[in-house]
Formats: sequence, C-alpha cells, structure tokens
Amino acid sequence: MLTRRVIPCLDVRGGRIVKGVRFSNLRDAGDPAERAASYETQGADELVILDVSATTEDRACAADTVRAVRERLSIPMTVGGGVRTESDARALLDAGADRVAVNTAAVNEPALLTRLAAEFGRQCVVLAIDAARRCDARDWQVVIRSGTERLDLGAVEWARSAERLGAGEILLTSWDSDGVGAGYDLDLINAVSRAVSLPLVASGGAGSLGDFADALAAGASAVLAASLFHDNIITVEGAKRALAEKGFPVRL
Amino acid sequence: MILDALAVVLPGVGSFASGIAALRAIGADDAIRERIENSKPTLAICLGLQLLFESSDESPGERGLGVVAGAVGRFPIGTTSPQFGWNHVRAVAGCRLIENGWAYFANSYRVASAPEGWSVAIADHGGPFVAAIERAGVLACQFHPELSGAWGARIIERWLKCTRVAEVERC
Repeated sequence: MLTRRVIPCLDVRGGRIVKGVRFSNLRDAGDPAERAASYETQGADELVILDVSATTEDRACAADTVRAVRERLSIPMTVGGGVRTESDARALLDAGADRVAVNTAAVNEPALLTRLAAEFGRQCVVLAIDAARRCDARDWQVVIRSGTERLDLGAVEWARSAERLGAGEILLTSWDSDGVGAGYDLDLINAVSRAVSLPLVASGGAGSLGDFADALAAGASAVLAASLFHDNIITVEGAKRALAEKGFPVRL
Repeated sequence: MILDALAVVLPGVGSFASGIAALRAIGADDAIRERIENSKPTLAICLGLQLLFESSDESPGERGLGVVAGAVGRFPIGTTSPQFGWNHVRAVAGCRLIENGWAYFANSYRVASAPEGWSVAIADHGGPFVAAIERAGVLACQFHPELSGAWGARIIERWLKCTRVAEVERC
C-alpha cells in the first residue's frame, strides 16, 4: 500500500535555509546539505527545496545547493524557484533534482507544464500553487511572485487546468497559513483534492502533531513543513509515528 | 559497445514512445534485447522496466523491446496517479537481488501480471502490480532503487556483484 509522505521543506536563499512568516521576514535556519542529511536519518520520505528569492530577484535557482544536497541524500528531491524554461528545469535535474516545481512561470505561460511533461515526463513536473483566501472567504485566489501579486485566477480552477496540461503533482501552499503554525487550511486542501486526482502535497501552517493527520484526512497525499522541523519542535520520525497511531500508512 | 559492456543501466524518465524512439535512434534496442535474452548484467529502472515489455497504454500502437512478455497498463480508475512515494515491496519465491522492504515509486503506468520465466517482486496500488523482475544478472525495477535509501543501495550493490561474477567468468 502506498504510504502517506512527510516532507521537510528547505526554503533556500543564497545557499542558506531561511524561513519567514507569510513569505517575508526571513531568518537563517541552517545549512541545506546538513539539514537534508539529518532529515533523511529521521525518516523523511522526500525533500523539497525552494529558492525563495529566485522569482522576485530574477535569480536562477542555486544549482550548487542542489548538488551539495544531492551528495548527502538518497531519497527523492523536488526543487523549485525561478524555473521558467525547459533548460532551467534541465539544469536542476542535472544537478540532482528528481522533480522540478514551477509556480509563477506556469501561471504566466500554462503551456510550460505541457512542454515540461513532454520532455521530462509528468512525474517530473510539480505545480506549486500559492493560494490566498479571497476577502469574501468562499474560495481562494492564486498568488505569484513569492506572494507579492494576487491574481483573479481561482486556485481550484488552476489545479484542475494544471492536471489537464501535464502537472504530475500539486504542491499547495496556503498563503494565509504559511509560517503561522495554526494548522493547514483544511478547506483549501479539501477543495483542491476533490478537483484533481493528482497527488496533493499540503503546505503552510503546520504547528503541531495533530495538524498532519488533519491535512491527510482532508485529502492530502503528503504533508510538508519547514519551521516545525527546522526548530526541532517535532522530528520527522515523531510526525510519522503520530500518523501511524492514527491509522495512516507510513514508512517507519 | 552496449552489447559487450560488463554492465548496463537503462534508466528511465519520460514517455514510453519517446523512450523506445531514443533507443532505436542510437541502435541500442537490439543490443539491450540481446543482453537480456543472454542474461547479461543489466539494470532497468522505472520506464526502463516498462520498455522491456511488448506495449504500453501510455503509447498505443507503439511496440516496446518485447523481450519480456506482457503489456504495461494504467492504474485502475479511482487510484491516485501518478503513484508518488514509498510502497512496500514483497519479494516472491526465487528473488536473489530483491528483498522485502520500502521502495520509492514515481509512475503512472504499471505491469499488472507477473511474466513467465522471471522471479517477481510485488507491490500494491489499486491492486497488485509488478514492482521488479529478475533473472540471473538482469534486474528490472518499477521503483527507483537509487532513491530508496539504504534498502535501495543494497539492491544495487547485490546487482553490481553479479557484474563482478560475470567478469570472472569471462576471464
């Protein structure tokens, strides 16, 4: 039986892990390669690395960081941040990424998803969606450029299109919940998981052990967290044991 | 060169049609087929495994290497696809390279029934499917041993030992 995944996320800027609240106020949280190795030892199912400065500062993602992490890692790694073209994706894959996440560039040019899937296979293409609750709170709009620009595009609608276009997985981050530690946006997870049959990674808001099980129960295939693991509040192994106790299949 | 190499790895990312086309373009299709028919050390991974079969739902009308009997199909409707993540692999009688354990998968298609003449390892995602097949030095994995932590590394090590045995025999 396919297990549910627990995924630590390294937000990287200038070769260091950073973490902020709602995509800003970034603070240093360690060396990516060291952290990655420690998470694998703890039982992480895979790793996500996002270059959080790549889009806004128009900087190519740090392939060097990916290479350094790959040397220490024997589990899968998804890398995103600043991927605009097939050659950007190829550079990351060559550096050791197993999958590439696209966000802003796919919103600007949805056909990019189709081209990436044709060239590298659907299983290589992760669509990262940053979703913010609309003021009327009934649904969610897509935000891009590291959260600096809100679009009219609905997050659920975008997920559905992306599945048709070639995405192999959706990494769904709640802008409202990110870094707050008050739990995932369960309504958002539920709405998107009902709209697509792709695996869905829930991101943004994990603050306690119970949050992981809630996200999986809401329809996520995997749960992602950053600060919670970086600050050693919860270990990956602790998170997986708690999920196992609640009856979710996990690799222990 | 491919035919005479001590060991060959056939990794696989991409679609069935583009994979087989790429092999034909460099004339590697016949060489790989012959290696497998003669049980020369060969490791096929993910799409690499699928290419050994006769056909795939992913690319209707396209023929695979056909060196293993059977067809590659979709996961049943209602099953999350792609299958992303860790699934438990069970080695059935006769496996020497594969052992029971957790393997990392990333695939949208799979082989549903065990081919004749091979030792098979099984996993389950919407029903049982072929996680790996092996025969002498030939090992084909639907999962990624290179991404399956220490368990995967042990499988690769055991396979590499076959290549050393082959070298000794040749000398």
